[in-house]
Amino acid sequence: MKMSYRDALREGIQTALDSDPRVFIMGEDVGAYGGTYAVTKGFLNKYGPNRIFDAPLSEAGFTGLGIGAALGGLRPVIEIMTVNFSLLALDQILNSAALLHHMSGGQFSVPLVIRMTTGGGRQLGAQHSHSLEGWYAHIPGLKILTPSNVEDARSSLYFALTNPNPVLIFEHALLLNTIEEVPDQPCRIHPFKGLVKKQGEDLTLITYGGMVNRSLEACSRFSSVEVIDLRCLRPLDSEIIFNSVRKTHKALIVDEGWRSCSLSAEISARIMETCFYDLHLPVERICRKEVPIPYARHLELAAIPQVDDIALKIKEMLA
Amino acid sequence: MTSINCRKLLFEMMMIRRMEELSLELYTKEKIRGFLHLYVGQEALVTGVMSLLRKEDNVMATYREHAHALLKGVPLSSIMAEMFGKSQGCSKGRGGSMHLFSKEHRFFGGNAIVGAGLPQAVGLAFASLSQNVKRNTVVFFGEGAVAEGIFHESLNLASLWNIPVIFICENNLYAMGTSLERSQAQTELTKKAQVHNVISQAGDGMDVFDVIEKTRQALSYVEEKKKPYFLEFKTYRFRPHSMFDPELYRSKKEIESWKKSDPILKLRVHLLDREMITEVEIKKMEDDIELLMQEAVLFADKSPLEPVTDLEKNLYEDVL
Ligand SMILES: Cc1ncc(C[n+]2csc(CCOP(=O)(O)OP(=O)(O)O)c2C)c(N)n1
Repeated sequence: MKMSYRDALREGIQTALDSDPRVFIMGEDVGAYGGTYAVTKGFLNKYGPNRIFDAPLSEAGFTGLGIGAALGGLRPVIEIMTVNFSLLALDQILNSAALLHHMSGGQFSVPLVIRMTTGGGRQLGAQHSHSLEGWYAHIPGLKILTPSNVEDARSSLYFALTNPNPVLIFEHALLLNTIEEVPDQPCRIHPFKGLVKKQGEDLTLITYGGMVNRSLEACSRFSSVEVIDLRCLRPLDSEIIFNSVRKTHKALIVDEGWRSCSLSAEISARIMETCFYDLHLPVERICRKEVPIPYARHLELAAIPQVDDIALKIKEMLA
Repeated sequence: MTSINCRKLLFEMMMIRRMEELSLELYTKEKIRGFLHLYVGQEALVTGVMSLLRKEDNVMATYREHAHALLKGVPLSSIMAEMFGKSQGCSKGRGGSMHLFSKEHRFFGGNAIVGAGLPQAVGLAFASLSQNVKRNTVVFFGEGAVAEGIFHESLNLASLWNIPVIFICENNLYAMGTSLERSQAQTELTKKAQVHNVISQAGDGMDVFDVIEKTRQALSYVEEKKKPYFLEFKTYRFRPHSMFDPELYRSKKEIESWKKSDPILKLRVHLLDREMITEVEIKKMEDDIELLMQEAVLFADKSPLEPVTDLEKNLYEDVL
């Protein structure tokens, strides 16, 4: 059947609410407004105010509340409108959620899920276009999911809730209206692992989130590029990358985040550390330009990796 | 107050004092390292509050939390071992002085980010409420936290959603070296709670009976009304903020004058005057405490170090 990324997220949340009474949804405008991106539309009526909580503009406050509720035995699903505003909750996420298990000598766990949209490309300007998934992936103690397609969007919350740790789910805003064919029942394959989206022999393209579809489109212009969707940025599935690079001998990383000190840098380093002698070319990276994302359409397009940029780089590397 | 209860209060306050003074000695011997924040002078506050809490209640505190952990039931020996960085410490040497934790005793830390425990306590109380568990949640913080935005977010959330949590502000007048008047335009802290429609009351944190009385009122209000409560207790720390504080911001005279209202001295005199205790019995208490301290230090000393090979353990909870 056909399903949109948004409906897939909706299905995931409803399944969670239906199957576990400890689950509740809390965030700004998740209730009466129906969700900033209409993901939770109608849920307040269906599940009532004891499951769906319209939170005040207090990202740190309700994220901290979520941590406490998780410590207290509930399964909170916190929605932060967008990654941009998650910075106001960063202290709670990093200094408490991520650290508590280890810092308490393994006594306390924080089974907290935080969902947020991410990414640029909608001319929303510099403060609403961040892509900080890679940043969060820097933090030990967190797990980071980046559903890039409808099937993953459908299962990400299930994966997150079956894990007793803080899990951040980054839903790419540009994907919400994507419609794809999916099986009737979610297949829920390989949580927290990467997937080869397209087999190939000549080059390995490693990407995640909003860049997956773009990369696939670019690769369709070539006969034999292998595309890996990381799906989960922490823990990072190094093996799937190494196995592919050992076969293709060339690696290209496509990352919507900034380049310096980034996830793409980390992946490149890991390939170098483990597959140095397999490489026929230096690892290459395509990332967002190191500027705040501008408003003007042409500038924004130039700042964020596009299909043509990816295709051009592949062509260079295959030459 | 029965005399037994009063003796227990005195014993606990004396024990906290001794634990803190001993920690300082152990710090100079380099057995304890890192930051060390002592509670000397403030003993009546935590002792009064904790005397009304039960094992199943939730407590969150700051980095100045040795006493809170102790009175919540965390064994002195495991607190000491934690400060020594040992494997039998209550956080397996991962936490240290500022991050004491005990799941068994529902002691949720030990948070060293000013204000960060407040929303989490709201969440704990939220969980108890929604699970219909009868359990109080109490969060302690210094008056410094009142300046943080998270203080206001937390009070608003608790008030808006009728979450029964007790906020306890330990107002010792200084946040490190910054006095309340130099950091807040409004120094009447109860007013800050009132703007969020949270019932509030101020009390004398140097008087254990006043602390008990005010806390009792808070507990019964919270239980009955299922709403939050804000308590501010004025108190004073006799020692520097931590081990790295030359105390340039206050005078010796000021400290000495506060020492006249030493909460332990006050309780002692109170009990002696009423013949609820004798000097001999107090001496016996001191000896008993000394014994407990020696045992704890011995335990901490003997406790093995965590093997470095376990360093990366406990980063994630295992999936069942
Ligand atoms: C968010 C944050 N900012 C700054 C600090 C550094 N710091 C540690 S304790 C402290 C003073 C806090 O004073 P107060 O809340 O009154 O508690 P007290 O130490 O007096 O018990 C400061 C500024 C911190 N730990 N967290």
